[in-house]
Amino acid sequence: MITIIDYGVGNLFSLAHSLKSVGAEASVTGDAGEILRADHVILPGVGAFGDAAAKLRATGLDGVVKDAAARGTPIMGICLGMQLLLEKSYEFGEHEGLGLIPGEVRPIAEVIPADYKIPHIGWNALEIVRPHPIFKDVRPGDCVYFVHSFYGANCGPALLATAEYGAHLTAAVGRGNVVGCQFHPEKSGDVGLKILKAFCEWEGTT
Amino acid sequence: MITKRIIPCLDVKDGRVVKGVNFLGLQDVSSPVKLAEYYSKCGADELVFYDITASAEGRALFTDILREVASKVFIPLTVGGGINTVDDFARVLNCGADKVSVNSGAIRNPALIPAAAKRYGSQCVVISADVKRVDGDFRVFAKGGREDTGLEAVSWIKCCVDSGAGEVVLNSIDTDGVKGGFDLEMLEAVCDAVSVPVIASGGAGCIDDFVQLFKALPRVDAGLAASIFHFGEVEIHTLKQVLRDNDITVRL
Repeated sequence: MITIIDYGVGNLFSLAHSLKSVGAEASVTGDAGEILRADHVILPGVGAFGDAAAKLRATGLDGVVKDAAARGTPIMGICLGMQLLLEKSYEFGEHEGLGLIPGEVRPIAEVIPADYKIPHIGWNALEIVRPHPIFKDVRPGDCVYFVHSFYGANCGPALLATAEYGAHLTAAVGRGNVVGCQFHPEKSGDVGLKILKAFCEWEGTT
Repeated sequence: MITKRIIPCLDVKDGRVVKGVNFLGLQDVSSPVKLAEYYSKCGADELVFYDITASAEGRALFTDILREVASKVFIPLTVGGGINTVDDFARVLNCGADKVSVNSGAIRNPALIPAAAKRYGSQCVVISADVKRVDGDFRVFAKGGREDTGLEAVSWIKCCVDSGAGEVVLNSIDTDGVKGGFDLEMLEAVCDAVSVPVIASGGAGCIDDFVQLFKALPRVDAGLAASIFHFGEVEIHTLKQVLRDNDITVRL
């Protein structure tokens, strides 16, 4: 069973259906017990970091995600969900993240040339920096769909993949049984579905 | 490198695709779900659905269809038509839309864009403008291009972006249906004024029109068209091959 964490942020319709389409049994829930019993956990998210982090804390689900991570459950953060896995964010102030993966969330404007549009929106090629089981079916040049104005900086050895947008922006991170994708696999066509399927098959070891 | 996007647009009325669609190998050419699957397989980067339904019953059919498309097609979906309130945003986003395009609704109610951007984020709000030259000016038209609003288009689009729209679809009424190429002059004027993605619409008649678009205006992010895709005059995969042969970055 794959559990998508529902903490009142964003639209989980496509994500739930994309998991079903790769044959996974997916549930959308905010129930701590169900999340802790899940075989795999997905932390989604859109919107502002501060609001999402506050909602996660208010529902007590920040601790639940950390507990699930400590138990070795494979966890995937998507988009803002990936950013929440990092240590902190500088999006409209300074906010604490879950700290499951090293790094901090910073504006892409700090690293891309001034004539590049913000947000970074559209399809861009994944450049794999470090092979990971979730990318086992991704071929060089495969594109995925991004929509973001902030990125994961200073992720060190946790950096798994980047996308070129005037700078090498963090596209995926991972440490132990926790991974995060800045792009939306549920909106990335066949390539995205392959990544979701590979995550569902992953047992959390690298 | 970010790729240039190719976007087919489907007009849906009472749950069915209108405007003739003429494909080989597709049995039910008026089913939005079948068409969405077809385009997604051909390499479309995004799909736009315009709900041109007039009745509430038709609108309910549209949301049913949208839910079905979104449960089967996993590329970004934009929905437009009949979007007048933030509740209309909620209605289509809950059915799996990723972006919502506003047109007449934003002209009638300038508070709509900032309110929607605040609730859902700018990446979700697309301003779609129907623009036509009147006495040497670019003028915004409402009601499907029938009514001259008197608004100067470039400053109005800039105002929409400043108040929260994250993307612009520029439909040139002057080139729409002519199949003589996109309206490069109008597109350039808008690209000069805004820093968010601009999607060109209106005028595509052949593959070369897309090549010219992205060669002449590298700042344009995407090309949108309807009938040339529906009638199979331009096949999306072939189009993208030609774009790549012309050193334009696409997803293949």
